[in-house]
Amino acid sequence: MPAETFLVAAALLPFLGSVAAALLPRDARNAAALLAGVVTLASLACIGALYARVSAGPVVWILDWLPTLGVGLTLRLDGLAWLFAVLVLAIGALVVLYARYYMSAQDPVPRLFSFLLAFVGAMLGIVLAGNLIQLVVFWELTSVFSFLLIGYWYDNRAARDGARMALTITALGGLCLLVGMILVGRIVGSYDLSVVLASGDAIRSSPLYLPALVLILMAALTKSAQFPFHIWLPRAMAAPTPISAYLHSATMVKAGIFLMIRLWPVLAETDAWYWIVGTAGMATMLVGAWSAIFQHDLKGLLAYSTISHLGLITLLLGLNSPLAVVAAIFHTVNHATFKASLFMAAGIIDHETGTRDMRRLSGLWRAMPHTATLAMVAAAAMAGVPLLNGFLSKEMFLSEAVDNVGDHPVQLALPVLATVASAFTVLYSLRFIRQTFFGAAPHDLPKAPHEPVRWMRLPIEVLVLACIAVGLVPNLTIGPALLVAARAVFGGATPDYDLAIWHGVNAALALSMGALAGGVGLYLAFGRRINNNPRGGPWLMHRLDGGWMFERAMTGLVRGARWLEGALGATRLQAQLRTLFLVALIAGLSAVLAGGPAAVPSVPLTGIDPAFALLWLVGGACAVGAAERAKYHRLSAVILTGGAGLVGSLTFVWLSAPDLAVTQLLVEIVTTVLLLLGLRWLPKRDEAIVAPPDETRRARRRRLTDLVVAAAVGTGLAGLAYAVMTRPAPEGIARWFIEAAYPQAGGRNVVNVLLVDFRAFDTLGEISVLGIVGLTVFALLRRFRPAADSLERPRQQLRQEAADRAHADRAVGDTATDAMLIPAVVITWLFPFVCVLALHLFLRGHDLPGGGFAAGIALTIAFVLQYMAHGAQWVEERLRIRPIAWIGVGLLVAGVAGAVPWLFGRPFLTAAFQYAEVPVLGKIPVASAVAFDLGVVVLVVGASVLMLVALARQSLRRAREAAVEQDSRLETRA
Amino acid sequence: MEIVLSLGIGVFAASGVWLLLRPRTFQVALGLSLLAYAVNLFIFAMGRLKVGAPPVLESGTDAAGIADPVPQALVLTALVISFALTALFLVVLLAARGVTGSDHVDGQEPGQETGQGKPSQREPGR
Repeated sequence: MPAETFLVAAALLPFLGSVAAALLPRDARNAAALLAGVVTLASLACIGALYARVSAGPVVWILDWLPTLGVGLTLRLDGLAWLFAVLVLAIGALVVLYARYYMSAQDPVPRLFSFLLAFVGAMLGIVLAGNLIQLVVFWELTSVFSFLLIGYWYDNRAARDGARMALTITALGGLCLLVGMILVGRIVGSYDLSVVLASGDAIRSSPLYLPALVLILMAALTKSAQFPFHIWLPRAMAAPTPISAYLHSATMVKAGIFLMIRLWPVLAETDAWYWIVGTAGMATMLVGAWSAIFQHDLKGLLAYSTISHLGLITLLLGLNSPLAVVAAIFHTVNHATFKASLFMAAGIIDHETGTRDMRRLSGLWRAMPHTATLAMVAAAAMAGVPLLNGFLSKEMFLSEAVDNVGDHPVQLALPVLATVASAFTVLYSLRFIRQTFFGAAPHDLPKAPHEPVRWMRLPIEVLVLACIAVGLVPNLTIGPALLVAARAVFGGATPDYDLAIWHGVNAALALSMGALAGGVGLYLAFGRRINNNPRGGPWLMHRLDGGWMFERAMTGLVRGARWLEGALGATRLQAQLRTLFLVALIAGLSAVLAGGPAAVPSVPLTGIDPAFALLWLVGGACAVGAAERAKYHRLSAVILTGGAGLVGSLTFVWLSAPDLAVTQLLVEIVTTVLLLLGLRWLPKRDEAIVAPPDETRRARRRRLTDLVVAAAVGTGLAGLAYAVMTRPAPEGIARWFIEAAYPQAGGRNVVNVLLVDFRAFDTLGEISVLGIVGLTVFALLRRFRPAADSLERPRQQLRQEAADRAHADRAVGDTATDAMLIPAVVITWLFPFVCVLALHLFLRGHDLPGGGFAAGIALTIAFVLQYMAHGAQWVEERLRIRPIAWIGVGLLVAGVAGAVPWLFGRPFLTAAFQYAEVPVLGKIPVASAVAFDLGVVVLVVGASVLMLVALARQSLRRAREAAVEQDSRLETRA
Repeated sequence: MEIVLSLGIGVFAASGVWLLLRPRTFQVALGLSLLAYAVNLFIFAMGRLKVGAPPVLESGTDAAGIADPVPQALVLTALVISFALTALFLVVLLAARGVTGSDHVDGQEPGQETGQGKPSQREPGR
């Protein structure tokens, strides 16, 4: 099997497993755990199998999506990615086993495993990303799944708050990352990681370097819980302990570290990098270690300790020394092993005793000697005791701190502060062990402590074994993998380093021993006082409550947003629209003013035809009349609007746009019918609305403003139209369409060819919109409840019926029928003619004015006329019209017409044409585009008829419902 | 012709904008129609005006002499879409009037918002 297959399988498996786990029943604890374990191990096996390949060079797999834009999916596994992937998957598998025994049977465990697997997939996505944008996507996914996992016990308020804070802070970083990556992409001209990694000099010398650096570091520092963004991590401890061990100590918080290592070759080795990363790391290391000392909660101690160690790694990365980067990678792996095992041990203690408070715990060594031994070894590794892995990387750290003392006075403090932080680490490690496992036998615990089940301890055993093995024989265990990872970062310039327990007596060893001794001494001196610390928080820092500040910041943000909404938002449509038009006006005006003086028109204008001028006099009058009448005289306003539309249609005829003229005329008819149907449901003029005098004055002022705005928009549009029309047209794309229409598409009507052939995809989108609108209208009307005052039948109908009743020889409804008698006959006979007209428009469309839209609307008119003349009942007894089916069929026909070219290996909607001899009609062009146009016709008919009929039937439905209601009322009375 | 058409576009647009700024939904519906006419004509005019030269090819047609088909194709689809828009808007305004009892664009008469908090003034179940 090729290497790429393994790579894809490794990346894909966790997501598939996640979906599968989500589908398991709520109580399928074993099945979910088994699934998660198998998936993680399988993925691990795939990555592990690639080791030999990776040590020779990166394995890359590319799935092109939009190659011209450089968008695609790229998986890239090099040495660094390999090491992190193994870390993620190996600890993931152990966590799965641990979680199976940690989680209670009452919890919905498949959900946990589903999220966990999805997180594994997202984390692998970051590590394997071969494209910057892809990395950002998976980065955000880890934030999301971390949110879901912290909030797993969502009925717990602390869990919800912790999840929210973690998401807010890490997602903020994610947004910064996106912008930063886009900046890097702009500098380099590519988002491909391999290209980016080769462009270090271009990036560092770019003026965009600093903003890109700050944004990317924002992401790395928030994700890796660096001061002052570290506040989310202690609160994330509300998650189940396996999750804390995995996400918030071993893997997710290392994503920021990974990002910094990944981009180290191109972003680091500048002063900006040194000061930002170094300072953040140093501050975090000290604040974290200091705070960890004062925690009474086991998980709290481990959380602050994690922060401190992340600070240490960040500080190493900030030193601008390749050797320090190797130390950082090494410590990342070491920290993941000992911290995950410590978290698991803390989870076992919590699980078996019911508390994590170190002031209540003591002497557990007697009850659980096995767990205690494991925890002690892990804690010793954390403290940097020799012969364990933590000692090796800590010594590398101290040696780097000594070697990188610069000439700046602040830098002189580096080795001192590093030693102090190490001493703090020793102090809290010692306190953890001493308080929990030694001292008097525990009393008053919620549960009687005992050893956990064997399988729950196994993951810790494996991890502690790794700590010891790496600590004893580093070159046989981690050595090769570390070398491959370092080579992936530095290529040929990989620094020489020596993974050995004994380097002789040197400064680093002295500092290391000093830190050990200092830590023990500090514990002996202050241990009791720390336990009795009355104020709870760390000394000197109890006033700095990160959570409180975060809440204040969030409240401020919400308040600020509300204020902005109040200041800028408008709840009233009129004000919004007025603002919209004003902004459009200003934008248009400023463009005109910025463009400088207008050039002298140099095109021959068409002479003014008096008839055309007269036509527009009428048109203008219609429009203004409609505007004036629309409030109280809706019918005349509808008629006047129709008049304006007619003028538009005639203008199209005049100015060489026959297709538009036909379509406009037909659309005008259906629009008018539609508006007329709507009139019945609108309110009568309410004489009761009488505005008070000051309101009237304000209204007058508002109307004046509106008038000015409207006039200004009209003048602007007129001026713009005139300015364009009096300038020569640029050489556009029109010529190509005109020249290609016949030879390539076999149509003489260029507009129609454009619609059904060259730009058919647009048309497909457009008819889809039309279909959706038709269905929306239908859906809205199905639940239509008219306003109370429109329920009564129109006065005219009532009067007609009264007259019918008054005459003995007339049935109710006769007057209405009689009034339509002659039109009804005419319209009935018109039906076939209009249908033939529609057919005619359709068939000639490709060569002469006409086409699918016009034909469809013409056919609609044929149907609607019948409804108007005879009423819905009469029509539906005779014609079965199923407009919804028409919409579906139309879309299907158009879609199939578009898809057929696929069979011939051509792109979607490719058209072909030929001439065919048809009896009677003669030689007609048969283009496949005609089939597409047929789809257009059918859909247009369906959608338009659906809208019109649905609205028209409302009055029938009302009448029927009213009748039913009357009947039931009569029945109840009887 | 250019001056007449641009004035016409201006008058249509002004009437449309005026109606869009009115408080009654039906006025807004008509305003939308009028503004759509204006904009369609405007887009059409971007292809410059030609009399008696439709973009229909016959033998011997001069490609440079006929009207620009591109704006025409754009407007043709726009015509149908504006019909759909008018229909949707009309139905939404009718439904909104049924729900709120008012044909004001804000769903309530301008004087009423002070009483918004009082449940008695709002119809139950709507």
